[in-house]
Amino acid sequence: MLDHAIPEDLVTVEGLTMHFPIHAGVFRRRVGAVRAVDGVSFSIARGETLGLVGESGCGKSTVGRALLRLCEPTAGRVVIDGEDVTTLDAARLRAKRPAMQMVFQDPQASLNPRMTLKQIIAEPLNVHTGWDTDRKLARVRELMEAVGLDRRFVNRFPHEFSGGQRQRVGIARALALNPKFVVCDEPIAALDVSIQAQIVNLLEDLQERSGLTYLFISHDLSMVRHIADRVAVMYLGRIAELSPREALFARPLHPYAEALLSAVPRADPSRAAGRRRIVLKGDVPSAARMPPGCNFSTRCPRAFDRCRTEIPRLAEVEPGRQVACHLFDPTKPAAG
Amino acid sequence: MSEPVSETVGKPVSETVSETGHGLFSDRPRSPWADVLRQFRSHGGAVAGVVILGLLVLAVVVGPFLWRLDPAFIAPKATDMFKMRNLAPSLAHPFGTDQLGRDQLARMLAGGRVSLAVGFVAMLISLFIGTTVGVLAGYVRWLDGPLMRLTDLFLALPLLPLLLVMVMLFRDALASVLGPEAGAFLLIVGAIGLTSWMQAARIVRGDVLALKEREFVLAARSIGTPPHLIVLHHILPNVISPIMVAATLGFASAIITESALSFLGLGFPPDFPTWGRLLFEGVEYMQADPNRVLFPGVAISLTVLSINYIGDGLRDALDPRLRRR
Repeated sequence: MLDHAIPEDLVTVEGLTMHFPIHAGVFRRRVGAVRAVDGVSFSIARGETLGLVGESGCGKSTVGRALLRLCEPTAGRVVIDGEDVTTLDAARLRAKRPAMQMVFQDPQASLNPRMTLKQIIAEPLNVHTGWDTDRKLARVRELMEAVGLDRRFVNRFPHEFSGGQRQRVGIARALALNPKFVVCDEPIAALDVSIQAQIVNLLEDLQERSGLTYLFISHDLSMVRHIADRVAVMYLGRIAELSPREALFARPLHPYAEALLSAVPRADPSRAAGRRRIVLKGDVPSAARMPPGCNFSTRCPRAFDRCRTEIPRLAEVEPGRQVACHLFDPTKPAAG
Repeated sequence: MSEPVSETVGKPVSETVSETGHGLFSDRPRSPWADVLRQFRSHGGAVAGVVILGLLVLAVVVGPFLWRLDPAFIAPKATDMFKMRNLAPSLAHPFGTDQLGRDQLARMLAGGRVSLAVGFVAMLISLFIGTTVGVLAGYVRWLDGPLMRLTDLFLALPLLPLLLVMVMLFRDALASVLGPEAGAFLLIVGAIGLTSWMQAARIVRGDVLALKEREFVLAARSIGTPPHLIVLHHILPNVISPIMVAATLGFASAIITESALSFLGLGFPPDFPTWGRLLFEGVEYMQADPNRVLFPGVAISLTVLSINYIGDGLRDALDPRLRRR
């Protein structure tokens, strides 16, 4: 594990766990838990973009929400800019909010349909600044221009805009308080392909201009490849592999990452013809009944006995590359 | 709206902005109330409702000063009184007289004041309680169970015994403090308000539960908006439609409930006219004199209908998605 005392890391997550209890029976007894996130650890350096990929339901959005404490994590520490977010009380958490913001997946659902753009973008300013109306309006216009919205739209309502424009509004709102850390929760999943590129480019521009740090949650591998510096591959609530972008896409180590990346379509037919497509068998196990050992052992083409009994730890196997797989166990170099 | 645009085709955008200073293309924020008003005015039924309700309110407020007959006046001599009984509409008594020779128009005007006031105040009380309970139950998880069981309790309570108990307990105390009529008014609006909020509470709770999970509420939380502002800015404006519907229905049922209460002797003193009481008194004489039920019946129906339309228009006008530019 990286030394979390290093000041370059803006965000450090240690053992983040999010279990949703299952109650059943007449007395609503707790009979189990959905292990949405199960001991996730990573860190994000200042100005870096960490991509978080995985299939639907693997817990990536829950990680994003738990990081901003939009849901209370069951266990674990989330240190953002030197402060452990998980233990802050309500008042100090509110004071901390400006530093960490979120861009949501569905721009239609994340904007209140009864508020004008001005009201939406000014909401963070109303909550956290004591500015007068003119100053807030000036800031709203500045933000609208920064995200490429016509400033004459201040009186419009969200339903009057296209999906891409709405997402720009969502980004403007997230940036209103000059955050340091922004969680982008599948910000492009609900948009047309042509608009996706615009929004991703906008996010990159804004990052360059204001030195933002992103956690970019997506299931779109090619977009993640475009924007992320490092990529964490999640499977069933745990991180399977965390590697620099180039290394991961060139040579994925974890069998799941390998299978996932083999599914990315290639634009070049000659290379596409030669590639090996790994098709996994079976379904993702329920997060309420995790397999005892490695959570991927039920579908892993290279699983062996140890995988079914012992949970692999995320460990650095090559410089900068962390993998949670017994195949790469540094203490017992079995295979490679 | 199209005119200034067509005139300025070809000009730079900035000029267009400065010319239509506070129009559609202004970059100054503007209050949405002008849009609300415009949309409301485009709703024909709502405008008719406002006009009719306005006329009714004007009539009952100003009417008694113009039509100066005493609604409680009964000719002191028995022979005069008998001559005055059950008269058909005439110039002297446009709405006729009742079985005691009292002027029906004067009674309608006096009764309208009470009925409209009871309907309005009782509606406000029941809306306030219903919305508060609904929002609290929907938004605060641990209050949901207790508050909804309380709502079920009120729904399951037999209304009349409850009202009887309330009247028994509080009528004399209130009457001694406020006088018999004000006391009865307070008691009746209180009783109606306290026993009619459950529907609104249930509807609002359901909507709040759904809204709470919407992403814009999550976004507000991630901004750090305090819970009371989330309720005020994000939840309440989005439950306005069911509240409006509950309000218009509540107004109508409050007027009817008041008349039922008065009929049972639990409401206002027997000689005190309200539209509901006039209606009930007239039922006996309906065969001989249909006017006795027609006038109060039409008055109640018109009020309820116009309020329904006003509620409809308001709901549409308050929804920016339905508002036309």
